[in-house]
Amino acid sequence: MTVSAYKDDKSDFNDLEFFIDPSRCIGCQACVQACGECDTHRGTPMIHLDYVDRPTGVQTTPVVCMHCEDPTCAKVCPADAIKQDDNGVVLSAASPRCVSCSNCTLACPFGVPKQQIEMQLMMKCDMCYDRTSVGKKPMCATVCPSQALHFGSRSEIINKRKEFPKNEFKFGEQVVRTKVNMMGSEESQNIPIDVADYLPESDKPAFSQKRVGAPDVANNSIWDNIDIKYND
Amino acid sequence: MALLNLQESEYIKLYGPNVAYVPEGGWKTGEPDKLVKTHCCFCGVQCGIQLKVKDNKVIGFEPWEEFPVNEGKLCPKGIKRYMQNDHPDRLDGPLIRSDSGFEKVTWDQALGKTASEIKRIQKKFGNDSVAFLGGASMTNEKAYLNGKFARLALKTKNIDYNGRLCMVSAGAANKMAFGIDRSANPWEDIVKAKVIILAGTNVAECFPILTDYIWRARDNGAKIIVIDPRITPIARTADLYLPVRPGRDIALAHGILHVMVERGWINATFISKHTNGYEEILRLVKEYTPEFTQNITGVPAEHIITAAELWGPAETSMLLHARGIEHHTKGVENVLSYINLVLATGRIGKPGCGYGTITGQGNGQGGREHGQRCNQLPGGRDINNTNHRKYIAQYWGVNESDIPQEGLTACEIIDAIETGEIKALISISFNPLVSIPDSERTRAALEKLEHYTAIDFFLNETARHADVVLAGSLQEEDEGTVTTGEGRCVRLRNSVSPAANARLDWKIITDLAARLGSEKYFNFENAENIFNELSEASSGGPIDYSGMSYERIEKQMGIFWPCPSEDHPGTPRLFEKGKFAHPDGRAKFHAFTYRPPDEDIDSEYPIFFTSGRVVSQYLSGTQTRRIGALVDQYPEPLCEIHPYLAEKLNISQGELIRVSTRRGNIELPAQIVKTIRPDTIFIPYHWPGKKAANRITNRALDPISKIPEFKVCACKIDKIK
Repeated sequence: MTVSAYKDDKSDFNDLEFFIDPSRCIGCQACVQACGECDTHRGTPMIHLDYVDRPTGVQTTPVVCMHCEDPTCAKVCPADAIKQDDNGVVLSAASPRCVSCSNCTLACPFGVPKQQIEMQLMMKCDMCYDRTSVGKKPMCATVCPSQALHFGSRSEIINKRKEFPKNEFKFGEQVVRTKVNMMGSEESQNIPIDVADYLPESDKPAFSQKRVGAPDVANNSIWDNIDIKYND
Repeated sequence: MALLNLQESEYIKLYGPNVAYVPEGGWKTGEPDKLVKTHCCFCGVQCGIQLKVKDNKVIGFEPWEEFPVNEGKLCPKGIKRYMQNDHPDRLDGPLIRSDSGFEKVTWDQALGKTASEIKRIQKKFGNDSVAFLGGASMTNEKAYLNGKFARLALKTKNIDYNGRLCMVSAGAANKMAFGIDRSANPWEDIVKAKVIILAGTNVAECFPILTDYIWRARDNGAKIIVIDPRITPIARTADLYLPVRPGRDIALAHGILHVMVERGWINATFISKHTNGYEEILRLVKEYTPEFTQNITGVPAEHIITAAELWGPAETSMLLHARGIEHHTKGVENVLSYINLVLATGRIGKPGCGYGTITGQGNGQGGREHGQRCNQLPGGRDINNTNHRKYIAQYWGVNESDIPQEGLTACEIIDAIETGEIKALISISFNPLVSIPDSERTRAALEKLEHYTAIDFFLNETARHADVVLAGSLQEEDEGTVTTGEGRCVRLRNSVSPAANARLDWKIITDLAARLGSEKYFNFENAENIFNELSEASSGGPIDYSGMSYERIEKQMGIFWPCPSEDHPGTPRLFEKGKFAHPDGRAKFHAFTYRPPDEDIDSEYPIFFTSGRVVSQYLSGTQTRRIGALVDQYPEPLCEIHPYLAEKLNISQGELIRVSTRRGNIELPAQIVKTIRPDTIFIPYHWPGKKAANRITNRALDPISKIPEFKVCACKIDKIK
């Protein structure tokens, strides 16, 4: 079977890194579906993709394992089932050792590992070990239509994108450094997410079913007497 | 005649949609025998994909990173498309209607029955009493063949296709404005644009791979303007979001042009050298002040001004649109009004400068080029043009008078079945019961047919009404070409042979032609023969493929038409140096006064209804409603409703509601979201029967393109006690 290996004159495959940028995510779940096609765990996707809050917006966030330098999940594992490889990839729990205690799922600061109840095993993203070990990019980052999940060189992404990769996170007192980068904007601002925020005043309030005909005239006041404040 | 013999649940049990979660052979499929470089079977982006094949089954996929359009990227539909191949619902041989639903028959019996019924009905009611409905998910080869089959074997004028529900407004407008029907630029120009207008296009859900082009443009400093009644995923982070009231697009375009004229952001040199009709539109837009436009469109005046400020002086720009502005009784007028914004700046035909309509179906572009439409002959030729008719007649070896005249369009064909004018139907890859508005009327029409033959690989909801079902082929079972939304003709590769006793679509058509006594026009050994004939037939026509061959297409990873000779490289970007395809070489402005939709809101039906797609489903769902992972992603239609409206109507999150229009009603859960205009509700249309959004949509047609008004009608909402 032919392998379509990553080709980049400037960088060695081993120097390539994983970048997540939720601002690009469109929630399509290509990453989830592609992850579920991986031979080692086919049928069980290991990516979580959720709406932040669908009633107020369409923002979604893809979550892969951040591959911590000093992984909390491994630290709290009583069976020493979670190992890191030489490249710093944190692997799924080794099935002969895992006692399915859920310590890792509770302790992970990013909420990544999930207990596979029926398999009595913790499984999580291992950055496509079977692909990256043969020079192929991780499946999710290869297919991601928006490149919210991206696998490439650090210099390239810094050159091409406005957002900057960050891989140090503070959870209270605990500082966590990760192999996976999160893209962040220095000038990040709140993004309004209510269509009503974009409407002219005349379109905002009021719902009246009294008017007959003359639709365009009626439209402007059709929201007249609604009893909700604009900034609810 | 064609009443259903079984209960719906019985059809579902026998023919689906049954939802498959795991491939037939289980998850552990082992190493594939081969990887086949081909393309996705869904939208007009036509992503490159490698299919894993083992033991004559497609068992999975591998990204194809070398294909330049998507570089390995895929959406969830493309990733899971392989699940169709060995699906338990797959039709594995021909069927004839019986008291118990359908019975399996031989090809001889099935083809014989279709042919004898067609002959009987045509003898009694005339040739035009038989209609043919094709589809734009099929290859160029099949689109060409369908057109030739209808004209020379069925000898009917009534052939049309499901692109009538999709691309025809854009196509007609492109011809009127530019003299040719194709997106003007390759997708690569999106990345080079400094301002991008996305008008009525839910890029993230309908053409997910184009998202990366838009985000890369943004990385390069582009400003994104999104025009849509809903905050779609592509609109969420737009620089400017214009929540247009459904059905008001013409006014919005005029309003933006008004400000551009006022501020002097007009390319007078380009207009005088390369266009016609500017004076008329100049006069018309005078009236469309920001305030006047706000009153019509429901977009704040200051945002209309901002749009003009971004668009007007931009260095480079792209304007892209899709069904959001096209699915209207003034779809053509909407498109032409937006094209005015492009022509006024002269930013077209240059790197990073141009315009495009994003095709919805896999072969939305090629499916509308080779004679599958009621008004068209191969090579984009006009069936009403005597010279065009003579050229094709001579090429086919028939008399010009043997080629029927222009026939009815898709929705009109359904109407004519309802009135009894059309008595028999052959359809291929089309599911009008789900996809045409006012579905109860479609059902009534189907029940009146004297004969109906359906060709498809799954038994879709419409095909349940068929007298004969001919088991056709999946995309991966045939060779062929499709032409993508950017005008790039790409090569599909055969990966596996058709299931059991199913047949290649083109073989079914040629077999039927032989039974109808026209075999001499249909001597094809393989798909490549058909391609060679269609490219030769297109020579010298408006849509010229004559320099293409399978070998060249594959080598170049697609060729953009026009490609009139073997040494011609193809034409990625149209209209360079201001040369347009009208006889005088000029583009044309069009001045249409805003008019309301066919059915506007009033006291009885006070809420706008609009419909569209979700990312995990494709069109009428014939293919995608059978794939578990895609079904789980969005299992059934929900009604998007703003909290203002929900509160007014006392509707809570997830509550079952009834949405009614003058056509009928649909009951479904409310999804209360702030991402939609408070005067508008949205329901996706991929489901059949009682869950069909098209039960309530309006079949009123655009006078030019004959596209129905899917995107706006008037509805009311009731609580279900």
